[in-house]
Amino acid sequence: MIGADINAIAEQLKNYDGEEVRIMEVCGTHTASISENGIPSMLSPKIKLISGPGCPVCVTVTAVIDKLVELSMREDTVVLTFGDLIRVKGTNKSLADAKADGAHVKMVYSPMETVTMAEKDPDHTYVFAAIGFETTAPVYANVLNEAVNKGLDNVKLLTSLKTMPQVIRWVVNNGGGIDGFIAPGHVAAITGSDIFKALSEELGLPFVVSGFEGEQLLLTIYALLRMKGNKGIKNLYKSVVTSEGNIKAKEMVDKYFEPSDASWRGMGKIQGSGLVLRKEYEKFDAGSRDLDEDHMPPGCSCASVLVGKIKPSDCPMFGKMCTPDNAHGACMVSTEGSCYNYFVSGRK
Amino acid sequence: MKITMAHGSGGESTSALIKDVFSKYFKNEILDKLEDSAVVSGSSKIAVTTDSFVVTPLVFPGGDIGRLSVCGTVNDILMSGATPKYITCGAVLEEGLDIDLLDKIIASMAETAKEAGVIIVTGDTKVIENRGAEPGLIINTSGIGFIDETKESVGPYNLKDGDKLIITGNLGDHHAAILGCRMGIENNIKSDCAPLGDFVGKLKDADIRVHAMRDVTRGGLGTVLNEFASASCCNIELSEEALPVEPSVKEFCGLLGLDPMYMGNEGKAIISVHKDDAERALSLIKSAKYGENAAIIGEVIKNNKPDADNNVILNTKLGGKRIIGLMYGEGLPRIC
Amino acid sequence: MCVAIPGTVIALEGTKATVDFSGNKVNAEAGLVDVAVGDKVLVHAGCIIQKMDEQLAKETMDLFKEIEDLMV
Repeated sequence: MIGADINAIAEQLKNYDGEEVRIMEVCGTHTASISENGIPSMLSPKIKLISGPGCPVCVTVTAVIDKLVELSMREDTVVLTFGDLIRVKGTNKSLADAKADGAHVKMVYSPMETVTMAEKDPDHTYVFAAIGFETTAPVYANVLNEAVNKGLDNVKLLTSLKTMPQVIRWVVNNGGGIDGFIAPGHVAAITGSDIFKALSEELGLPFVVSGFEGEQLLLTIYALLRMKGNKGIKNLYKSVVTSEGNIKAKEMVDKYFEPSDASWRGMGKIQGSGLVLRKEYEKFDAGSRDLDEDHMPPGCSCASVLVGKIKPSDCPMFGKMCTPDNAHGACMVSTEGSCYNYFVSGRK
Repeated sequence: MKITMAHGSGGESTSALIKDVFSKYFKNEILDKLEDSAVVSGSSKIAVTTDSFVVTPLVFPGGDIGRLSVCGTVNDILMSGATPKYITCGAVLEEGLDIDLLDKIIASMAETAKEAGVIIVTGDTKVIENRGAEPGLIINTSGIGFIDETKESVGPYNLKDGDKLIITGNLGDHHAAILGCRMGIENNIKSDCAPLGDFVGKLKDADIRVHAMRDVTRGGLGTVLNEFASASCCNIELSEEALPVEPSVKEFCGLLGLDPMYMGNEGKAIISVHKDDAERALSLIKSAKYGENAAIIGEVIKNNKPDADNNVILNTKLGGKRIIGLMYGEGLPRIC
Repeated sequence: MCVAIPGTVIALEGTKATVDFSGNKVNAEAGLVDVAVGDKVLVHAGCIIQKMDEQLAKETMDLFKEIEDLMV
């Protein structure tokens, strides 16, 4: 794609011998792409990539899972979910465990299926486990919009929606000395790159909005290397990210949701870091407010991993007690989790 | 006409079903005797295998459960270096199954057996109550193959330093075809399910030094190669660029977040051959049936230290290295 | 989770689009973006979330120059 230049960049990244740079990718899809492309093996040991809190499954507190499990066991309710969430343990059970016990849990590809299923089966309430960031929030808003238009009252959301700027600020103030951020490309497709511009000004750190191909990520890492020590924003994903984002989608989100405080796994409550349904649409809420409880398994270091204080492989449980087949922490369950990606791609 | 519990009673209806469907297609001297056991001639060393097939839908693009049940067993026999001779057929039918559909599947089974050069020597049918929505069918096949003891043995423990690894075709086709059907994604992806005797025979006849051979089924190439690496205490290096994946399958994987490296096939093998025979083996496979997209995808690097990790390493297109671990994550729907 | 991949809109009826991904045809919601048949779009969780500018996608070369001009 970028031909000879990418080789020149790769060479510079391999041979970099300046001060150590710590770069955080906050998006789980970036984490997965970095592993798949073998990017860590292409970097100088002085460039450290740190996976941030950008996998929605990994940052969901146990109270949300517990609530979903409870709902799924009701006679008149069906819980719909993305595949990744199904194996994450709540206080006692995961949705997969509940399903094995006969609860109503269905894995779907798109939240839009909630409307289709609810329409066909008016005797059951269909609850979608609405986890995600700014990218997915408009999809849920669209589900509600359809439900409203069709006059369906058996569609509900259990929301655990989170927003990026607030958690990035929290990570900088509580984390392990990040020098720059790979800004989440698909979040930015919705929000626009301007939100990261404001954040960069405030935190005095560089942000680069990146695509998801290996070449794009290399280019982004290189840009951050050059921007180290300075604030600034660079949009290297111009084909889909504009400065103002998807206005129609943002309006749709605004119509149904409002900002709120949100609880993050291992990090506690972060002010203004979430979205909840507006009061006037409360009837679509399956009970999402005040789900703050968070039972971390003893010994699990997910919290320190999520803010970049330690690498997954520094956790004493990593690869020993905690593996993808027997995951203790949420970061090992999700295919976008930092621990999962470290484990399956042999990163150390 | 539908299958009813009477078809499993052992009485008149059972005999009629066997005569009208199974015996009609499976005709051969041994089976036609309808004895309690098939009595067949043998060899001093045989390979025996068994496999059960539970795929849904029963008919899918590129095949059906009947063809699959023959291919799966025949390929397992072939991979041990044996020549498949006889197979058995146990069918568990669900009440409500359409008899025309069953007829079609059994005909396909017979046709595939003929293509694979095996005969179905004995069988059994049972009927069970309908357990869910769509009436299902489960087939078990066992197979027997003869081993030529004058040939070098093949097996996953037998990889040699410098061996070249050949994949006999595109990755992930079967898995993508089945999942596409289930998820209602419209595409032209067809299952690759096929008996692989043609190129296996050609390699044998040409005295290619084959060290290990495995059909790439559930768990995909990543899983098989990890088994090779740990059984032979070696590292395996692969080139991402060389891996053959059909573009529509690749995109299908992207859509669903799947990795072709772990997708199942039903008509592909990974073969480890002596490095000096690799090019010759590749052109033999390419000229054989079901081998046209074969490619050399990597090589064996023998480990010296006994306690070293036995890794499968992928050299990515981008220029990085990634370890291909065992398969983890979502239990994908059953595909065979 | 935020996986989104590019495809081409091949049919559109109201806010229901059919998007082609190299031969895989998938139904997608078009309620969040104004699209037309032939548009290259990004689909996330069954919804079109943004249009793609193919011209800009090809201009990564220029990005390289931009980066070279960044402050060191």
